[in-house]
Amino acid sequence: MTVAARLARRALVTLGLPLVLVAVWWVASANSESFYLPPLRRILETFADVWLSARLADDVLPSLLRLAVGYLAAVALGVAVGVPVGASRALRDVVEPVLEFFRAIPPTVMVPILILVAGIGDTMKVLVIVFGCIWPVLLNTVEGVRAIDPVLDETARCYGIRGAARLRHLVLRGASPQIVTGMRQSLSIGIILMVISEMFASSNGLGFTIIQFQRGFAIPEMWSGIILLGLVGVLLSLVFRAMEGRVLAWYHSLRRSHRDGGAA
Amino acid sequence: MLDVRGIHKVYEGRGRTVEAIRELTFTIGGGELVCLVGPSGCGKTTLLKCVAGLLAPTAGEVRLQGQVVTAPPPGMAVVFQEYGRSLFPWMTIRGNVELPLKQKRIASGRREELVDQALAAVGLDDVHAAYPWQLSGGMQQRVAIARAIAYEPQVLLMDEPFAAVDAQTRADLEDLLRGVWRRFGVTILFVTHDIDEAVYLGQRVLVLSSSPTVIMEDLAIDLPAERDQLNTRSAPRFAELRAHVYGLVQQAKQGHQAPARIPRV
Repeated sequence: MTVAARLARRALVTLGLPLVLVAVWWVASANSESFYLPPLRRILETFADVWLSARLADDVLPSLLRLAVGYLAAVALGVAVGVPVGASRALRDVVEPVLEFFRAIPPTVMVPILILVAGIGDTMKVLVIVFGCIWPVLLNTVEGVRAIDPVLDETARCYGIRGAARLRHLVLRGASPQIVTGMRQSLSIGIILMVISEMFASSNGLGFTIIQFQRGFAIPEMWSGIILLGLVGVLLSLVFRAMEGRVLAWYHSLRRSHRDGGAA
Repeated sequence: MLDVRGIHKVYEGRGRTVEAIRELTFTIGGGELVCLVGPSGCGKTTLLKCVAGLLAPTAGEVRLQGQVVTAPPPGMAVVFQEYGRSLFPWMTIRGNVELPLKQKRIASGRREELVDQALAAVGLDDVHAAYPWQLSGGMQQRVAIARAIAYEPQVLLMDEPFAAVDAQTRADLEDLLRGVWRRFGVTILFVTHDIDEAVYLGQRVLVLSSSPTVIMEDLAIDLPAERDQLNTRSAPRFAELRAHVYGLVQQAKQGHQAPARIPRV
């Protein structure tokens, strides 16, 4: 198969189902008289007007910034706490029940409490995202660090790989497959919480705008916001996958070589 | 060089204690290649971990050049049986060999030299940029040996390093190890359960009893220094030594601990 043919095939596989779904929506809604389910054509017409305007900087950008800050803080905190907990059996026994308790609390119920503590500004919204995103990263980091091969650990000890070098070359790399799994779970939680935190008390943001449209019965505009959210999700997951491909290239190849019955 | 004095190791389990090593004392001189052989489950790995400073003995002490070993000392390198689990899969071959040298803060020029030299010595000139899992088991173990040599240890400990590779690769690796030993003059303590391997490789063979472990015999291997798989293994003296060690290990398995004298022919 030529390169062009291969690319065409990939594009077809990737975009085929989305295109079919859009087409079905388009056709099924074309003659819709329903106020709440307007034709897709009208939704897309409003999309450009609504989002490719000042709103991009006023609403979309602040949302994404809060998501980025909250998500990255959650990842940093989750890894920072997860590494010592994963490394120490004693610490794990003490901390794990508490972690399970906090993880079981839906982050959304924390919003009113966080408003009391942190007000209604960006801090509160970032904290909601942190509170929701930290658990998958933390718990997966604990598992990853725990699962580091004891032989590899002893090898590192024998060769004087200690302290920061041990953390960097052994612990973080060894736990990276699980850390990345946690980060992937957290990313989708983060997007949800980004929207929800803006629905409570806000003056800008994607979630805020969608709720405004909904309350003002601007239904096509509301739908266009929902589509934008979905697109943001797809985009972020593509970025994430590219990052994962770089960081875990060794891991995926290792797994593949095991699957194929080991190396040469 | 390496002094093991009165090592005693008891594992305290829940409600029961297991005496793995009763009393082990031996000395290895600088540049010697000594093999430790014994029945499976006789505490060989426990002993090696005590010597390496990875495990604290219940009593007794290990001294490397007079210094008591309480943690892995800088002058010691270890090659484990599980080659697939002792190389960093996220690093290239070169990275694996080089990392311990970086930790030792060896200047980069000298580091390059040591890595090149070590990889060349194990016949892996052309795989510097490969990853461990792209190599066969035997090649991975060569990388582990290269890493150990490049580290320039005073003592190299090897824990059944060839137990998990196929027979032909194993013979190659045995000859490779003898070559490396003679070329670099490193002191080697080689643990194995394979009697032939112990006799073929060693200048001395320490035969261990079954657990709780003592030394049954410290046997000098009076085979010529030039050894090869074909002639050495078919030499009558090799067969005698082998039979003698075999007899001891059989006794050990049956729980006897009476040392026997080797008959001279």
